Amino acid sequence: MIVRALGLIAGAALVLLPLAGVPYTTTLLLPAFGYAVALLGLNLLFGSTGLLSFGHALFIALGGYTAAALTGRFGVRSLELVLLAAALVAALVAVPIGLLCVRYVKIYFGMLTLAFGMLFYSFLYKFYALTGGDEGMRVLRPMLLGRPLEHLDTVAYLTGPFYYYALGVLVVAALVMRRLVGSPFGLSLRSIRENAAKAESLGIGVRRCRLAAFVVAAVFGAIGGVLLVVPTGLADPLLAYWTHSGNLVFMLLLGGFDHFLGPVLGALVFILLQDSVMSLTSYWRFVFGAILAVIVIFFPRGLMGLLDARRAAAS
Amino acid sequence: MTALLEATDVRKSYGDTLALDGVSLRVDAGEFVSIIGPNGAGKTTLVNVLTGLTPPSSGRVRFKGTDVAGVGPARLARLGMARSFQLVTIFPALSVADTLAVAALSRLRRSTRPFAALSRDADVRAAVDEVAALFGLHDKLERAARTLPQGDKKLLDVASAFALRPDVILMDEPTSGVSTADKTTIMQTLVHAAQRMGVRAIVQVEHDMDIVFGYSDRIVALHQGRVLADATPDAIRADADVVRAVLGIATTQGRTQPGRA
Repeated sequence: MIVRALGLIAGAALVLLPLAGVPYTTTLLLPAFGYAVALLGLNLLFGSTGLLSFGHALFIALGGYTAAALTGRFGVRSLELVLLAAALVAALVAVPIGLLCVRYVKIYFGMLTLAFGMLFYSFLYKFYALTGGDEGMRVLRPMLLGRPLEHLDTVAYLTGPFYYYALGVLVVAALVMRRLVGSPFGLSLRSIRENAAKAESLGIGVRRCRLAAFVVAAVFGAIGGVLLVVPTGLADPLLAYWTHSGNLVFMLLLGGFDHFLGPVLGALVFILLQDSVMSLTSYWRFVFGAILAVIVIFFPRGLMGLLDARRAAAS
Repeated sequence: MTALLEATDVRKSYGDTLALDGVSLRVDAGEFVSIIGPNGAGKTTLVNVLTGLTPPSSGRVRFKGTDVAGVGPARLARLGMARSFQLVTIFPALSVADTLAVAALSRLRRSTRPFAALSRDADVRAAVDEVAALFGLHDKLERAARTLPQGDKKLLDVASAFALRPDVILMDEPTSGVSTADKTTIMQTLVHAAQRMGVRAIVQVEHDMDIVFGYSDRIVALHQGRVLADATPDAIRADADVVRAVLGIATTQGRTQPGRA
């Protein structure tokens, strides 16, 4: 009940925020929406399947660069087409990488995903003619639902139509993921996480399911990546860097990976916390490190776990 | 008549160690077959080979007339062969209902449906309820598997294999790790469940000789990776070589004393 009530209040606040006349806070939340979509996918891989990727930023970057290439070089300005293309590209890239990675579990899986992430980072950094190297590629403002919205300045575009568009994508992504988690496929993934040998003895195709989860996570990552680069107008190699993947894991642990909405909460709190701490001290990474240590030691189920514990205590 | 399950001259070696040395075995419909032997005789290796977990070094394994050597447990489960493990093997965080649903979905070929609502699948629900009732787990459906008593964990392990509605079920020590008082209950439960669910043959590896001689139609005695005897319980009791090499205990008045071989 508490979680549901807080969720409704938070949802209403997110819908009403652009009307409150606080454009700074409104634009601040835009990356949180992108990260939340990516984390919903990452959590299917970790929370449901038990595979922790340290290279998931690869797919965020893939989404970002797909948006940059389509809007900047090929003149495709429809955000719906960009999102669809990013999802397709991510799926195509994820299949061969996933085929290699899901042969391994635990730290070996994590290290292999990290390796692919760094390979992609190097590719983006070194292939200047194709990717713009360290300068990255510009992302032009896309049309939303066929509307150019050229009469709006950037702030009005981002805090108005794009804000609600991104929030809408997040809601749709959350509903799709909720359906996936509650489906037979979702149960198969959880059985694999709990005991892969037992799942296999009951007829579950373990590698096939792990690969499917990897590809779905990649698609969500790329969609999140598109939402991330539209506000900044830039796709750069740091999107694929390993510290970016580390931030994703941080957000997941912060929000809590054993609750469906944990990743969304993690993304929102991470972005707001980062902004607050960065405005107070230049040693914000130090503060974040301490927070991560406290979470892992004292609250392994993350913020959502805390809310759930309160619910359990209240009932 | 084609055997349900047949192993022919199966060998399995690990480096220089020969775990199975030309084992041949046949299981027909309606049989309850026990595999016995001292530690290191190759019993678990044989079950692993029969269930596709381990490919044999040589030899042939046929299930319902199809060569299944090394095809892997998932495919074999879908073909109609289930197994339970020596140590309790469960999904600790999943509920009893979800554990049984994993098997039911697999049998119904619905395991990978990504957008179907599991909670509204009446076929799965009915299958879960049926198996849970047969194994006395119906009042614990929502409990996490890890919170069950040890005997119930073992029952859940076996019940999930039965939920596949297999033609043949192979059980590696189905009563290991449970109290003596629970052993008979578990065996009666699973024999009853096998009849109700149309399981055509049961193969078990078992150390408890009361269980072996009380339930088996046929006993296969393994010793040092070879079949020492393959006969009815009465014939096994009368075989001095088997008694000496495999059972390792004295028999009195035609009845094997309880205890581990």
